[in-house]
Amino acid sequence: MSDVPAAVTVAPSVRGRSLAADAFRRFFKHPTGLVGLFIVGFFVVISLLAPVLKPYDAARDRDLRARLAPPSAERWFGADELGRDQFTRVWHGGRISLRVGLLAVAFAAVTGTVLGLASGYVGGWLDTFIVWLMDIVLAFPGVLLAIVIVATLGPNLTNALIAIAVTQVPLYTRIVRSVVLSVRETEFVQAAKALGSNSLGVVFKHVLPNSLSPLIVQLTLSIGTAILDVAALGFLGLGAQPPQPEWGLMIRDGFTQFLRAPWMSIFPGIAIFLSVVGFNLLGDAIRDVLDPRLRDA
Amino acid sequence: MTAYLLRRLLGLVPVLVGVTLLIFFLTRVIPGDPATAMLGQRAAPNLVQRLRTDLGLDRPLFLNLPKARETGVWTDVLDSQYFSYMSGLLRLDLGRSIYTLIPIAESLRHRFAATFELTLAAMVFAVAVGLPAGVLAATRRGTFADTAIMLLALSGVSFPVFWLAIIMIYVFSVTLGWLPPSGRLSIGMSVDQVTGMYVLDSLLRGRLDVAIDAARHLVMPALALGTIPLAIVVRMTRSAMLDVLGQDYVRTARSKGLSERRVVRVHALRNALLPVVTVIGLSFGSLLSGALLTETVFSWPGIGRWVYDAIAARDYPVIQGGVLFVAVMFAVVNLLVDMTYALIDPRIQYS
Repeated sequence: MSDVPAAVTVAPSVRGRSLAADAFRRFFKHPTGLVGLFIVGFFVVISLLAPVLKPYDAARDRDLRARLAPPSAERWFGADELGRDQFTRVWHGGRISLRVGLLAVAFAAVTGTVLGLASGYVGGWLDTFIVWLMDIVLAFPGVLLAIVIVATLGPNLTNALIAIAVTQVPLYTRIVRSVVLSVRETEFVQAAKALGSNSLGVVFKHVLPNSLSPLIVQLTLSIGTAILDVAALGFLGLGAQPPQPEWGLMIRDGFTQFLRAPWMSIFPGIAIFLSVVGFNLLGDAIRDVLDPRLRDA
Repeated sequence: MTAYLLRRLLGLVPVLVGVTLLIFFLTRVIPGDPATAMLGQRAAPNLVQRLRTDLGLDRPLFLNLPKARETGVWTDVLDSQYFSYMSGLLRLDLGRSIYTLIPIAESLRHRFAATFELTLAAMVFAVAVGLPAGVLAATRRGTFADTAIMLLALSGVSFPVFWLAIIMIYVFSVTLGWLPPSGRLSIGMSVDQVTGMYVLDSLLRGRLDVAIDAARHLVMPALALGTIPLAIVVRMTRSAMLDVLGQDYVRTARSKGLSERRVVRVHALRNALLPVVTVIGLSFGSLLSGALLTETVFSWPGIGRWVYDAIAARDYPVIQGGVLFVAVMFAVVNLLVDMTYALIDPRIQYS
């Protein structure tokens, strides 16, 4: 390639802003997106700081003198039937929900992307098989499949994470597969192939970059769903187990006591609500920014 | 249209076979064994063994190779738990609950009626409130009303349903005492069942008092279950309306001097309905199963709660029957949604 004339290369000054820079610029003009970013940032920061500012050992936490104490200046969110301070538990619960939500979504995205690439790129029987598998997963509405999976694997937080991830894999497989199918036939990919570029090179250079914006949008919106699902499994007794300070499990405990201590269920619910709203606002804004065609959708 | 319908139905077969394989596999791997669960941990081993034989649990899961080798008849390979289950399914025999011995199909009928009544009420609420709210937000784009409606819609999809349900019970039952906290009827009330939907049944029998009682029990579960579809309907209606209101034919209609009301109702709304009907249908399908959390909080004896209880009790046939039924319903509703497109939009041709 040494004989390419120098004039063909574009001088840096001629190039406009990069797509990413443009997207960032638009994002910072998006009011609800900024609110979402603020909420998500708030939850991330307080979760990271929790062990430093307020070390907590759920196994030892017990103060029977404070049993079912209502919210007060000393205990902002009141106490539960073991006298555990609900403010501390809700705070530390954020660590669990964020971690499980992020991990489940990351796991689903990686698995789904690999399956989608394989499906679209290899085609043939492998494509038929993967599409069949995904259709089976999608045949279970909502959190039902996750419930059956957790019942099989045994109720705990790790299995809840796996179950939630499995139910989300098809979302990513579909996105990536459809991008592969549309990109595969384009002239620039045909040209790259004709020039001897191997499949893997085409995947990394052309398919993944083209899948990036729908993937990022799906990722952000899925974290909210994952947080809700973790809480739902915890509430059903199929996720986090006592004494973990998981939000859904705290609402479950609160449900048995809610005539005497409604604060036990109110505060963890507000925490779930706020964190999910944060991710949803952020996801909506990222979608607007990355794909102006989908605006208001 | 018929050819399309047939092709779609045929396409469902491999997916539903896959669903039975998956459910079957998952339920058999669930730790613990129903025979032990029924007889207790300290039951005599030979009794447990006999019960396992009676329930067919001692046969291989998918392929009975040992038996085929022993008898030399290859069809004996099919004498496995999965194929007995499948041959039962083809005869529409879903088996019986291991504990109550009630046929699954019979329980399903009652349970489905309860879930269907709840889902229907939730969807009526979601559409009755969501459609006008979405239209309002679209026609007043950018105003305070639009922003407020969209923020509420966003909140709707961000609430944990079970939490909302608990708060509602606390406010409307415990504090205000307006509505009953759980169940479908007050103690002492009864319904002559026709459809299994209590409000409808009691009206058919002319029992207004029972109908009101049943409806009072229905309000909170329906509102709790309806929040998510409500939010989805609002968002979809708004975006579809905005899309349509920007079209040339809407401008033409306006320039003809038609009233804004007529432009919105006749020219815009009708064309915006297609995507809205899609999400209504899809939500309806997922509610039939998603009702699990709502049913648990309100002790509503529907399919979701039934499956959940069965998982705790390792009642394999109930889990298989219930989950399979939900998957089939979901598929059927999605198919019906596609079919309704043609009714709303005559341009769509199925080939």
